[in-house]
Amino acid sequence: MRRALRWLMAVCVVVATSTAVYAADLRPLVQALGSGGYSGTEKALVQLSEAGDPAAVPVIEALQAGDLYVRKADGTVVIARKAGDAFTLTDPLTRAALGDAPAAAVEKIRINNSLRRAISASLGALTLMSSDAGVRRSAADAVFKSRDASALETLTAAIAKEQDKGVRAAMEQARAAILLTGEAASKMTDAEIQAATDTLTARGDRDALVLLNMVAGSGASDTTKRSAAAAVSTLEQKLAFWAALQNLWYGLSLGSVLLLAAIGLAVTFGVMGVINMAHGEMVMIGAYTTFLVQEFFRAHAPGLFDLSILVALPAAFLVSGGVGIVIERSVIRWLYGRPLETLLATWGLSLALQQAVRSIFGPTNREVGAPSWMSGAFELGGLTITYGRLWIVIFAFAVFAALLVALKRTWFGLSIRAVTQNRPMANAMGIRTARVDALTFGLGSGIAGLAGVALSQIDNVSPNLGQGYILDSFMVVVFGGVGNLWGTLVGALTLGTMNKFLEPYAGAVLGKILVLIFIILFIQRRPRGLFALKGRAVEV
Amino acid sequence: MRTKHLTSSFGISALAGLAMGAMASFAMPAQAADDTIKVGILHSLSGTMAISETTLKDVMLMLIDDQNKKGGLLGKKLEPVVVDPASNWPLFAEKARELISKDKVSAVFGCWTSVSRKSVLPVFEELNNILFYPVQYEGEESSRNVFYTGAAPNQQAIPAVDYLMQKEKVQRWVLAGTDYVYPRTTNKILEAYLKSKGVKPEDIMINYTPFGHSDWQSIVADIKKFGSAGKKTAVVSTINGDANVPFYKELGNQGVKAQDIPVVAFSVGEEELAGIDTKPLLGHLAAWNYFQSVETPANAEFIKEWKAFTKNDKRVTNDPMEAHYIGFNMWVKAVEAAGTTDPDKVIDAMVGVAVPNLTGGYSAMLPNHHITKPVLIGEVQENGQFDVVSKTSGLVPGDEWSDYLPDSKDLIADWRKPMSCGNFNVKTGKCGGKGS
Amino acid sequence: MLLRFFLMGLDRKAGIVLTILAILAVAVPVMTLWVPADSPFHLSVFTVSLLGKYLCFALLALALDLVWGYCGILSLGHAAFFAIGGYAMGMYLMRQIGPRGVYGNPVLPDFMVFLNWKELPWYWLGFDQFWFAAIMVLVVPGALAFAFGWFAFRSRVTGVYLSIITQALTFALLLAFFRNDMGFGGNNGLTDFKDILGYDIQADTTRVALFVATVAALALSYMIASGVIASKLGKVLVALRDAESRVRFMGYDTESYKLFAWTLSACMAGVAGALYVPQVGIINPSEFAPASSIEAVIWVAVGGRGTLAGAILGAVLVNMGKSYFTGALPELWLFALGGLFVAVTLFLPKGLLGLGGQLKAKLPGRKTAALPNVQPANHTADQKGA
Repeated sequence: MRRALRWLMAVCVVVATSTAVYAADLRPLVQALGSGGYSGTEKALVQLSEAGDPAAVPVIEALQAGDLYVRKADGTVVIARKAGDAFTLTDPLTRAALGDAPAAAVEKIRINNSLRRAISASLGALTLMSSDAGVRRSAADAVFKSRDASALETLTAAIAKEQDKGVRAAMEQARAAILLTGEAASKMTDAEIQAATDTLTARGDRDALVLLNMVAGSGASDTTKRSAAAAVSTLEQKLAFWAALQNLWYGLSLGSVLLLAAIGLAVTFGVMGVINMAHGEMVMIGAYTTFLVQEFFRAHAPGLFDLSILVALPAAFLVSGGVGIVIERSVIRWLYGRPLETLLATWGLSLALQQAVRSIFGPTNREVGAPSWMSGAFELGGLTITYGRLWIVIFAFAVFAALLVALKRTWFGLSIRAVTQNRPMANAMGIRTARVDALTFGLGSGIAGLAGVALSQIDNVSPNLGQGYILDSFMVVVFGGVGNLWGTLVGALTLGTMNKFLEPYAGAVLGKILVLIFIILFIQRRPRGLFALKGRAVEV
Repeated sequence: MRTKHLTSSFGISALAGLAMGAMASFAMPAQAADDTIKVGILHSLSGTMAISETTLKDVMLMLIDDQNKKGGLLGKKLEPVVVDPASNWPLFAEKARELISKDKVSAVFGCWTSVSRKSVLPVFEELNNILFYPVQYEGEESSRNVFYTGAAPNQQAIPAVDYLMQKEKVQRWVLAGTDYVYPRTTNKILEAYLKSKGVKPEDIMINYTPFGHSDWQSIVADIKKFGSAGKKTAVVSTINGDANVPFYKELGNQGVKAQDIPVVAFSVGEEELAGIDTKPLLGHLAAWNYFQSVETPANAEFIKEWKAFTKNDKRVTNDPMEAHYIGFNMWVKAVEAAGTTDPDKVIDAMVGVAVPNLTGGYSAMLPNHHITKPVLIGEVQENGQFDVVSKTSGLVPGDEWSDYLPDSKDLIADWRKPMSCGNFNVKTGKCGGKGS
Repeated sequence: MLLRFFLMGLDRKAGIVLTILAILAVAVPVMTLWVPADSPFHLSVFTVSLLGKYLCFALLALALDLVWGYCGILSLGHAAFFAIGGYAMGMYLMRQIGPRGVYGNPVLPDFMVFLNWKELPWYWLGFDQFWFAAIMVLVVPGALAFAFGWFAFRSRVTGVYLSIITQALTFALLLAFFRNDMGFGGNNGLTDFKDILGYDIQADTTRVALFVATVAALALSYMIASGVIASKLGKVLVALRDAESRVRFMGYDTESYKLFAWTLSACMAGVAGALYVPQVGIINPSEFAPASSIEAVIWVAVGGRGTLAGAILGAVLVNMGKSYFTGALPELWLFALGGLFVAVTLFLPKGLLGLGGQLKAKLPGRKTAALPNVQPANHTADQKGA
């Protein structure tokens, strides 16, 4: 967005000086954008970009953003931006203000996918000479994708002028792509083809592989074909390596989701021994709290939307934790020492909580948006890492570390451990066991709420949200060993990674079945989980 | 010892009393009020399907309310009977039986999943009542007692694939679906159709995932990989409701843009999109017979009424809602024509009934109990709505037995007398399937 | 010998239960088939099917109570055995359809035809015979339970660990049966049955006959279960429920005892499933859902764990409530059901059948019978002896 703005400013300067010359030539083409439906618009767009005039850029950008309209009264193509109920109109070429118009007086020029593709291609070709390196870079990438032969001339000129190394490499790759796939390929010498092939090999991603495969199967000379084939096989090896690494990342990411979902249960179930079937609902409450916080931000401070998740974290912790404390005080506390009966009561609570949320928020999904710093992805070597998943991994580990510190290093943690290890003795030492019980359950529920904030980013925010995670959470805790936080960590990551490595071979369904069978068999070998607690407190 | 006996006999007599009480209460015939016509609504209000089906219950209540304001039907008021089958398939059959034999409803509007329809089908045939089924489905079925107002595969899947082939020049196809009968059958039909159009087997990738699948990282990566083979690639998604949100979120995050690899979905409508930020999904497609964004006076009024009825300005409308709108109006018309709510007479009167749909045309009930519909292709917009980019020029009649499956291509259904058959074999000239 | 075994377990309670079942077995057919429809004593076929369904659930609850109430194994996967029994029966019913399926294929069920399967998978062979299906109803759940139990009990997997892996078992089966490639009809399961043993499955007489068969199966299972409990074997089971280690130290082979009860229970659950399927007309993977197993546990808890009559009472009562509330309070019934579970665990720790005892204990002085005292979780664990 910022980049586009900067470019717009740069263009405005250029346009201001040269408008008079170009506007007249472009006017009929711009006008043609507004007629003939999708195909008419596309035809005009192609002509506009072939004219090679940077003055067309803001027009095309307006078309892309959906700001280009036709004024119904006289059929003029205008840029219209919504201002209240009406639209403010400007001339697309001269940028002169044309006054306001009601919504009914203008009609949007609609675009579909093939138009969107054509727009990226023509913007790529037109912005290769931009003064902003970032814009030139994305222009080169757009040309690489579109392999638009008409851009070749501009591209060659741009390469000659280019100072930035990275951008020049991108431009050369784009040029190689055009050369190897277009009509030009048949006229090229072997040396030229070889050079282009080398450029692509250096790029080294899947797109390059596709083009190299084309060369290997083309009518080029045998030596070229052989070197292309060699390049293909090295690239394939490299990509296979990255694919395995990518899979590991997916496993880590799935594992951290499992960890987040299970870690609250590791407290309520693992530490306290309550078979908490309402755990999933605590996660759901956390997700709905996120939704409410975001609604608040949308209504009152849309500019600060990116911060909504940060506000949602403590809010979800408090809300879920509060609900947890209420549940503990009203139901669970009567059931200590009867762990199996906590299962029944919490199951009943989970039904009621689901229905309560359904009655309040409706049964349909609620929209929880991603802040900009959690959207999109970046490349790391051959890995594609999405920001959302990265933050969830970091967050899961942070929560785990915080919980560990809270349990091992604070007075509250000490009290929790004392109460769970020997209640009468702890009581005798002056610890208010009832309060500790309530707070521990609240802590576990609050952490579940935190998990809800994270899960709202990747899953449905619906009354059924918790149901999908409850069984997995129990599996993780039991697999890792009840009452051991490290077990939960190792269990979550093991199961996540295993699932992801089985998935490519066995498919998603069979992979999951195999993981479940593995858990069943594993428990036979180690009936107390991965990290079994030793001593007297083992029989839960 | 005495106390023990006392306690146990207390419990036992409670059991006995309850059992008898239960029998007595069930034995009481339901009080059928004669001044109303009862309409059953059989949609899950809890459990996994509540997310989709609750809306349909609401729209039925609105339509019935509306009809009553217009003076009811045959001079009587309509009375909705709502039950909750709780996304539990045997419970669907039980509740259907309860609606028909206990509440004495004249027709039932309900079901969403194929399995729920399969579960109630024998009940409707046995007790001879009418079911209106409003959801797109896999076809391969035609029952005398069921009217299918949703799309058959040829009213949704095939036109969508045609659009991608012609307009987007797609040559490579990913058929991704949830592992159940609708995606399986649809993909089977599409596979046969694509092959008949010259698509090579290696250019088709089929992938199935379990219900509620939430971790799409690997599959989206696989799609990207499959799509980078140098040919234009598209994804045909028959992924079921709940799993769609994480799927689209992952698509958005991994940067799969509609310009590069468009995804066309058959189960994603306005309601599903309401849970997602659609900005990264701009341009992905859906094929339906109705979109909320369609600009017709009838639709504008329907949306206005819906928002007023639900007292919520943000509620959206979707395709299965239109199917119920059409089905309900057809039933009203057929009952008026038959002059009675007797199922046999209404079933006979239904065929040929035509009512306006919301996209500016008329939908008619065909002899195979499916209806004619236009097919629309829409692209996802930033506001969670669809922009219609293609509409079939005429109405497409629903084809229950697919022409692209070897075992059903010779079958037709025609419930008019004298044929009255749901699986008539045109080759053998006999009713009753392939008859091999 | 066998007779003595059955009679041994029959106390007064059993007498009442069996009497009620006998009355049901006689009264229901009469009230349905011979009492005229306009009489207030007429029972509709709908009601009969409903009662039949409740009694199938009661049989499942009985089976569960045998392992949970008397031998301390909390199975959260009993619905899996129920569903497998149901599938075995469903496969028989599917084969009975013959050429009456929509495609008219004489051998293959419809779902195989439209998945383009050419021949019947091997595991479907034999299911066209009722006797074979009937044996499978017992053998398959029994064998699965035996294999599972043999490993689990020998490894001394106990408590929540066992409960959670039974959940894993049923969840894995759920996912497996969802797969269309498995050849069990995928999510749609098996449905649209036509007849059983040559009788139209929708005929009133067939429905009544199925109901009577269910009553008979329940009565027989009740007698077997109470016989087992009253025998020496039953005493050992109860003993190992209360203190497994001590029983082991006394030289009993606790694994075998548990394995016997566990396998017997799974067979009973299988029979329940087999009777359930023809009465509701569909079997599909959702019966394997982890929630169904938990629900079965709840029936037992509501009725009263450790009393066979309680299990039956709980199953019938909860399901009757569910039937009633899903119709009467479609939007609110989950609150009612959820609230019921919480209330039962809080106020009726011994279930409904324990209510009498609780009331009696309350009478002398209210203070003594307040809510159960807060007991530290690990305190009880210590008592059990780790």
